[in-house]
Amino acid sequence: MSGPSTYQPTNPALQWIERRLPIIGLIHSSFVAYPTPRNLNYWWTFGGILSFMLGVQIITGVILAMHYTPHVDMAFNSVESIVRDVNFGWLLRYLHSNGASMFFIAVYIHMFRGLYYGSYKEPREILWILGVIIYLLMMATGFMGYVLPWGQMSFWGATVITNLFSAIPYVGDSIVTLLWGGYSVGNPTLNRFFSLHYLLPFVIAGVVVLHVWALHVAGQNNPAGVEPKTEKDTVPFTPYATIKDGFGMVCFMIFYAWFVFYVPNYLGDPDNYIMANPGVTPAHIVPEWYYLPFYAILRSIPSKLGGVICMFGAIVVLAFLPWLDNAKTRSSRYRPLAKQFFWMFVVTCILLGWLGGKPAEGIYTIASRVLTFVYFAYFLIVLPILSRIEKPRAVPNSIADDVLAKYGKKVVSAIAVLVLAGGLIAGGVQDARAQEHGGPTPPSLKWSFAGPFGKFDRGALQRGYKVYKEVCSTCHSMNLLYFRNLADEGGPGFTAAQALAVASDVKVKDGPNDAGDMFERPGRLADRFPAPFPNEQAARAANGGAAPPDLSLMAKARNYDRGFPQFIFDFFTQFQEKGPNYIDALLQGYVDPPPADFKLPEGAYYNKIYPGHAIKMPKPISDDQVTYDDGTPQKLENYAKDVSTFLMWTAEPHLEARKRLGLQVMVFLILLAGLLYFTKKKVWANAH
Amino acid sequence: MTTTSSAEHTRRDFLFVATGAVAAVGAAAAVWPLISQMNPDASTIAAGAPIEVDLAPIAEGQDIKVFWRGKPIYIMNRTKKQVDEARSVPTASLPDPASDQSRVKEGHDQWLVVIGICTHLGCIPIAHEGEYDGFFCPCHGSQYDSSGRVRRGPAPLNLPVPPYAFVSDSKIKIG
Ligand code: FES
Repeated sequence: MSGPSTYQPTNPALQWIERRLPIIGLIHSSFVAYPTPRNLNYWWTFGGILSFMLGVQIITGVILAMHYTPHVDMAFNSVESIVRDVNFGWLLRYLHSNGASMFFIAVYIHMFRGLYYGSYKEPREILWILGVIIYLLMMATGFMGYVLPWGQMSFWGATVITNLFSAIPYVGDSIVTLLWGGYSVGNPTLNRFFSLHYLLPFVIAGVVVLHVWALHVAGQNNPAGVEPKTEKDTVPFTPYATIKDGFGMVCFMIFYAWFVFYVPNYLGDPDNYIMANPGVTPAHIVPEWYYLPFYAILRSIPSKLGGVICMFGAIVVLAFLPWLDNAKTRSSRYRPLAKQFFWMFVVTCILLGWLGGKPAEGIYTIASRVLTFVYFAYFLIVLPILSRIEKPRAVPNSIADDVLAKYGKKVVSAIAVLVLAGGLIAGGVQDARAQEHGGPTPPSLKWSFAGPFGKFDRGALQRGYKVYKEVCSTCHSMNLLYFRNLADEGGPGFTAAQALAVASDVKVKDGPNDAGDMFERPGRLADRFPAPFPNEQAARAANGGAAPPDLSLMAKARNYDRGFPQFIFDFFTQFQEKGPNYIDALLQGYVDPPPADFKLPEGAYYNKIYPGHAIKMPKPISDDQVTYDDGTPQKLENYAKDVSTFLMWTAEPHLEARKRLGLQVMVFLILLAGLLYFTKKKVWANAH
Repeated sequence: MTTTSSAEHTRRDFLFVATGAVAAVGAAAAVWPLISQMNPDASTIAAGAPIEVDLAPIAEGQDIKVFWRGKPIYIMNRTKKQVDEARSVPTASLPDPASDQSRVKEGHDQWLVVIGICTHLGCIPIAHEGEYDGFFCPCHGSQYDSSGRVRRGPAPLNLPVPPYAFVSDSKIKIG
């Protein structure tokens, strides 16, 4: 992409093509011969990583769309059936949902890198602005994608974000109606979001082509911020940059795989495992982590329109950066003041992200206001003034000189800082989500399925199934489970015949037959677990006004506060067992009579774990209520633990397969990273 | 560069080849889930389990069409005449030679069970039509006889017989 190519293939067939369409020459000049500054550090590999992530998102997304149904009644279950029934569906779904987060992690690093090294300065202004456009498109795409699973947070996120537009004077409401295609977020909204979510990544890909084009015209910036002058300043893109990018990419994949295989729901919201309910708003609407700084800015402004303007302004201001910062020196390395302000700005963004996950009240609001001011001040006050008053240090004469100077390598420590910061934000989110919980923290139990080698305890699953069947299933449905699942690999280990026997004990309504009548037949393996009530209204009526929730995903839909710094360790210890801990503690948490100072509402029961303590479900189970055939003591404690194990399996039936494949992938990636590292060393040995 | 020994060259080449090979293996393995997801999912496979069909309501000379794994299955209670016709043709003269006996279950000779998908290009033949007292495919004019064997037209093969068994005299299990 840098002018006509001088490349001439030797193969006659390729020559024939080349004369008609010089595509090989284009590829050669862009990705092989292209001169790249020889002093690039690993922060420069994130461009390649981002292209890789875009590819992953498009491929997994196209595949998920093959199985997904964009309809309010079916979307939630269709996502679950992808995860449960489609071959490797769980993998593809987790790759895609965590891929969005990885994409944003990479883009933020990429943007901060550009900011630090002045990659937006002349002649790279258009390159930078195209980047800002890509970032905006990514935000829109991510937002619409998050709506598609149609969980509670999808629905309410969609409602809150689309309502931002209602702040626009005069036409706001009409615009919102136009976005919705109705009078509230509903089926038309879901359909158009699906369509646009499919479209936008290709638009992004198009702008990426422009971005790369602009990059190849202006040439890459580099840590020294001086332009290459002689041959000695550059190395050919292949093999030097390709191998280095490849190594960076594989390291990033290890990080990505950790999420996908071991903590796939770490960045997700448990509320999104509850199907969208337009009648109930979750206590805390928290967007995905990558929007949190902007969400904090939005909430910090006490006026509706003002908040929206500031939020969008916070992104738009980036586009003007090349003109706000006039300093002649590009790299902050040689700008002692700019460097300090840069790190303050990074901290500001991280803190804003953390505040975005906190409830908008008290000290948090005040802090958000201060930091919002700091955010804008950095662009509008600090950078313009700095470019006038700052005395930069001398920049090296050439890139070759810079390489010889061996400017400090602080990449590792910087990565550590970033990981910690990321943990802080993620933890902040989890904190905020857990605020709604409010009860005491359930004790952390030992689960056989925890950790990288976790497996379900078959005995516990079978006993848990018994408890579920004899106790829970009288009130709770289990809509996502089929009888065939009982015989699935990684499940309770029923034989197909045993599962069929369970199924045929149940009468299933079928029909109509030839005479047009509905009839009852014995259940088959392909049937769902029957629900105890024909519909939600009946369930509500029979249970004192509170419909017992479906239990299929319960173990992933409950949350509580782990507190700082525990949530950071949780990422490394792969802690994913909040749900089972909570369910176990809840079942054992009934206290009768309630504490004297507690006023129990009519028809409620006191539970020390339940948020607010007044639960509508009476104590469901006590000692000796269910007969265990395997000699396990018939104690409440065991019932609670077994049924929690069972519910973890119903929520994540492929957990064992996930961890097994995860181990193989990890071993492979580490091996590949090692090989790439040594190859890279060998290749670069020639260049130094 | 020019002074590197050949031993070092070999070591380096080996490293390059090994890295490339491992990366290629990884890329190939990563493609597997992307292809495998296209196969029928677990619910589709479960829904394709055997079905039972009650034959009692089908009078002589009548047929019904049931669906199994999304395919139409013709169950035909053949008349004596149809059976005789099917058995009197010399098998060797047929485009796809097969005896009528081999296409029905012994002792239940009047029952013909075939997958109603034309072996030409997949249209559904119409029962009790055509010149052979069997099936006629309207798409390109293939003719099947009362045993579901192709007699004329572009179709190359007989209508396939699905796996089935008699559970009782008046009930079959398909699949
Ligand atoms: S499809 Fe039946 S004749 Fe062509």
